[in-house]
Amino acid sequence: MFTILENRMIVPNVFVMRVQAPEVANGALPGQFVIFRAEEDGERIPLTLADWDVQAGTITVAYLNVGRSTAKLATLRAGQTLPTVVGPLGKPMEIDHFGSVLCVGGCYGIASIYPIARALKEAGNTVICVMEARSSFLIYWQDKLRSVSDRLVYLTRDGTRGKRGHIGSLAEVIRTLPMRIDRVILNGCNYLMMRGSQETLPLKIKTLVTLNTLMIDGTGMCGVCRVTVNAETKFACVDGPHFDGHQVDWAEVTQRRKAYLPEEIIPLRTTRPF
Amino acid sequence: MEQLVKKGLDLNRRPMPKQPVEVRRRNFEEVALGYDAKLAMEEASRCIQCKKPGCVEKCPVEVDIPGFIQAIADGDFARGVRILKAKNSLPSVCGRVCPQEEQCEGGCALLKKAGQIAIGRLERFLGDWEAAQADLMLPQIAPPTGKRVAVVGGGPAGLTVAGDLIKLGHEVTIFEALHKMGGVLVYGIPEFRLPKRIVEREVDYLRRLGVKMVVDYVVGKTRSVDSLLEEYDAVFVGSGAGLPWFSEMPGNNLNGVYSANEYLTRFNLMRGYTFPLVPTPVKGHTQVAVIGGGNVAMDCARTALRMGAETTILYRRSREEMPARLEEIENAEEEGVLFRYLTLPVRCVGDERGWVKGLECIRMELGEPDASGRRSPVPVPGSEFFLPFDAVIHAIGNSPNPLIPQTTPGIEIGRRGNIVADPLTGKTTKPRVWAGGDVVTGAATVILAMGAARRAARSIHEYLTNPGEW
Ligand SMILES: Cc1cc2nc3c(=O)[nH]c(=O)nc-3n(C[C@H](O)[C@H](O)[C@H](O)COP(=O)(O)OP(=O)(O)OC[C@H]3O[C@@H](n4cnc5c(N)ncnc54)[C@H](O)[C@@H]3O)c2cc1C
Ligand code: SF4
Ligand code: FES
Repeated sequence: MFTILENRMIVPNVFVMRVQAPEVANGALPGQFVIFRAEEDGERIPLTLADWDVQAGTITVAYLNVGRSTAKLATLRAGQTLPTVVGPLGKPMEIDHFGSVLCVGGCYGIASIYPIARALKEAGNTVICVMEARSSFLIYWQDKLRSVSDRLVYLTRDGTRGKRGHIGSLAEVIRTLPMRIDRVILNGCNYLMMRGSQETLPLKIKTLVTLNTLMIDGTGMCGVCRVTVNAETKFACVDGPHFDGHQVDWAEVTQRRKAYLPEEIIPLRTTRPF
Repeated sequence: MEQLVKKGLDLNRRPMPKQPVEVRRRNFEEVALGYDAKLAMEEASRCIQCKKPGCVEKCPVEVDIPGFIQAIADGDFARGVRILKAKNSLPSVCGRVCPQEEQCEGGCALLKKAGQIAIGRLERFLGDWEAAQADLMLPQIAPPTGKRVAVVGGGPAGLTVAGDLIKLGHEVTIFEALHKMGGVLVYGIPEFRLPKRIVEREVDYLRRLGVKMVVDYVVGKTRSVDSLLEEYDAVFVGSGAGLPWFSEMPGNNLNGVYSANEYLTRFNLMRGYTFPLVPTPVKGHTQVAVIGGGNVAMDCARTALRMGAETTILYRRSREEMPARLEEIENAEEEGVLFRYLTLPVRCVGDERGWVKGLECIRMELGEPDASGRRSPVPVPGSEFFLPFDAVIHAIGNSPNPLIPQTTPGIEIGRRGNIVADPLTGKTTKPRVWAGGDVVTGAATVILAMGAARRAARSIHEYLTNPGEW
């Protein structure tokens, strides 16, 4: 049992949860993920680590309340427990001195890009963080991201904060920066990562994405997380979740992600409280 | 033998009561209902108590079979349990899932007359009888030795090592990656063949003996074997063979295509057969193909059938070559699973939305027997044909998960990704690390995993009590 220390809606529909899980915190590296279960017999929910504190033995994740299982997570309060917190899983993000790195986060990816940006900064890179959102009221963690980046770029669809635009304007954002970008890292929904990768392809900038495929065990046992990368099948949970965005078969990723959409809706068709 | 028959040798193997076919093909309750005391005693009385019992010779853990059978015949079930459990700590499980026809029952003196004793059913009877008793007999535990052992994996191998070592006074902690203990017994083998409460009971028994169990703990990720060695005197790796294989063909990543592990995990570990009561979703398919001919294929097919799908097993050789247990093949046939032999799928065909809509297959014929005596299948040129399916399950095998091999320096790994261990002691090439079960042999059987674990426990105990000599 893992005690919840904090669980709150930080912007509409995005939640940040902090949990006591010392062993996970102890081994955590940037870009790794955990699997939660919100209740006994519950679904296994993969979530990227957004922060951790080895001393305090805590980990932090951000999630979007989208289906039955995340809805259940959202009802939990500090002091309650989760039956499962397992991790850290997956390979960590490659951290090295690359030069200037652009870290793009949207939705819960704003949170999950944070430890990656922090590690890149510590490794001596110039870090530029781009926060992408529909509107200014969906932006959070500005202070945390600012503390680990040399420059912060806001990109909102309605222009209420920073540049007006969306992930499809990424190439333009990169062109207007005063420095050459050596690497791009994209975190967020599959659409953001796909669209962002399309933007950087013609610019020939190495681009890494953190895939959020369907998963069950997260240890390479079931294979539901299969993705085709460079014409080869990979298991996102153990071979990834980080892949070259220019080599991912995005049509397949999108299709596989939708496999259980109808079933995920069935349990929501109820007035019974979660 | 002839004489014996004249003397009234009873060759009438008592049949196993089962749920009627029409009923069971629509539920997930256990198929075989088990002998009652009367049937068990009748069956046990048929045993001729051989001086040199062929059954024991073929039992991988050398259970004193005539001994426990005699106890049943005498109606002294407690004695039977003691004899059985001296060698096999999971009789309720093994009685249900062991391939007895190849093991004990295959060595029975009465086999020639087709009257071999139903040893598996008797074993199951004793295991279940014991569990039904109000006060479980807890064995003697040796005084604490102060030694600590970490066990990686809560499958049959890990559970067996833990049970043996705790009784010898060592402190034992099992680390299990999933959220439930039991390994393949909980995530793979379906409820209708091995009810999960039986596995829970065995796990609970070990807990009462003092075994510590940590679930949701992936060794190699949460913590490495090397790091465990800093805190424990010995480590046993029983992490199984959990890496699924897919037949090599285009279209495997279409929606509706599963590994057997995924399909079975959704239904067993995540209890998908009760969806939407549980949140892990499962699909309602109508025409399901299962590729393969082993026990795993039978389990997938019989699960799909119970979910209401027309289910077909595609196997590239003929019925005789199928590696699954005969009993499971017969159960599947009775329940209405369709079989297409000498059929090799070569491509998953998808629709415009990325869902599988069928398999392109090619017909096979059996060629000359190869060195091993098996006739290998060869494709018949030009015999391609199409079969419509809305789900395809690959049940062609598994190999050991590379997580521990990759994160444990100094441990020798074999060609098939298995951990190399001495078959007599389970010792690996890494000091203080033992291994056993599927992670060493590749996908095998519960009883072989238990046997290997037994031998490893003995070796670990020798080391712990006499480390100087190692
Ligand atoms: C569907 C199916 C049906 C079968 N039917 C039969 C049958 O009828 N009869 C029979 O005898 N055999 C059968 N088998 C085979 C049998 O189940 C296995 O041979 C046996 O379970 C092997 O035991 P094990 O303890 O070595 O491994 P497993 O049972 O695989 O257990 C290994 C455990 O280790 C855990 N683990 C793996 N990696 C890690 C890690 N890094 N850290 C922590 N934990 C980890 C796994 O989650 C798992 O729980 C079947 C197998 C399957 C898949
Ligand atoms: S071989 Fe058969 S008849 Fe002989 S002791 Fe074993 S079970 Fe009994
Ligand atoms: S989630 Fe099961 S193999 Fe990746």
